[in-house]
Amino acid sequence: MKTKILMAMALCSGLYLVRNLYIILLQLPDEAAQGAIYRIMYFHVPGWITSFSAYFLAAVASLYYLVKRDSRADEFAVALTEVGTIFTLLGLGTGMVWARIIWGVWWVWDPRLTWAFICFLIYAGYLMLRKTIDEPGQRARIAAVVSLFAFISVVITYKSIDWWRTQHPGAVLSFRTGGEQRIDPGMEHMLFQNWFALTAFAAVIMFLRLGQERMQRELDALRRYTHNL
Amino acid sequence: MRHVLTIAWKDLRSELRTKESINAAAAFSMVILVLFSFVLDISGEAREFGGGLLWLVFAFAGALVLNRSFAREQSNDCLEALVASPLPGWALFLGKALANFALLAIVELVALPVFGILFNAEWLRFPGWIALICALATWGMTVIGTMFSALTVNLRLRELMLPVLVYPMLIPVLMAAMQLTSALLSGAGIAADDWVWVKLLIGFDIIFTSLSLALIDVILVN
Repeated sequence: MKTKILMAMALCSGLYLVRNLYIILLQLPDEAAQGAIYRIMYFHVPGWITSFSAYFLAAVASLYYLVKRDSRADEFAVALTEVGTIFTLLGLGTGMVWARIIWGVWWVWDPRLTWAFICFLIYAGYLMLRKTIDEPGQRARIAAVVSLFAFISVVITYKSIDWWRTQHPGAVLSFRTGGEQRIDPGMEHMLFQNWFALTAFAAVIMFLRLGQERMQRELDALRRYTHNL
Repeated sequence: MRHVLTIAWKDLRSELRTKESINAAAAFSMVILVLFSFVLDISGEAREFGGGLLWLVFAFAGALVLNRSFAREQSNDCLEALVASPLPGWALFLGKALANFALLAIVELVALPVFGILFNAEWLRFPGWIALICALATWGMTVIGTMFSALTVNLRLRELMLPVLVYPMLIPVLMAAMQLTSALLSGAGIAADDWVWVKLLIGFDIIFTSLSLALIDVILVN
């Protein structure tokens, strides 16, 4: 039953993404300064917001684990972090393609880009660390602490365009500029729609991953049980 | 506070008697300085890359000291004894961090003059600023290093995981220290633009020190 709901959700978000893609590619006009390539923004910005939301929820789940010692919170944390890392890669990738066209290079060592890359490295370290610890309680405890430390880098990355003068474009979305309109309302509206679609898609893969993690835990428990017989 | 000093003094005394990590770290910092002289053209300006070079040396050499901070308590189950003792966890952490800070400061005091001579850098032009930046950045390095040393003390692949975890975490503090030190070495001093880095250093120290103090009990006491 639960799988059916998940599949339905996957189908809906998939269809929504296709519908968004149709509007983005065929109905919206080119941007005045950047031309056609600006469309990558509809995936770049929502991708990052999804990624950072996943990291934020992972930090919350980690904190919950440390307080309540509930292993389900740890499962949530790892599933969310993995999804967040995938979307970080998506954000870095789309950003690089855009930079190649607009700036002429794939990468510059600008504060925003550098911090984003650091974020990726730290969370990759978190995922590697989990693989090296066999005992589930110890793994959850240590990973939760690392997740809380790692989230600081997310905050710095998010705020870096305000703290430094960056080559990366500054804030354009109205909730970050204090209501000032720096992007056409139609484009911003589409961006939020695609954000919704991507987040729904992220939620689907997060729940799939969560199911795997639960199954893995049960398998490990069974393995330990048979080992002790 | 008395507990903190007890631990710090214990660590310092045992290190100063054997001088294991500190000799290794000081020697290693010289090795890196020499290696960098092959990579970079030192006939010209040590000023542009001086800050970056210096902090890479401190970070690599410092890791030698920091990594062993908790690992050295493993022999004879000293860590269990420390955890079981009436010391609060935060006092244990703070004591170890203070001892590590002192050891790193010694390594830096050795490495700085050598760097100045080999790379022809005038690092004493702003002594107050250099001391302040070194203190802030070294404390940041110490807190992260000590915390992750405690985190990974019981891990199977400790030596592999530590650098992968610690260096990315250290990048903010290293980046700020590099920028500021380069500004000082170039003779320009701290401009209005550089204040964001000073603030970052202070913020980093406050945030990570409080996070570590809050979470250390979770790590040590199972």
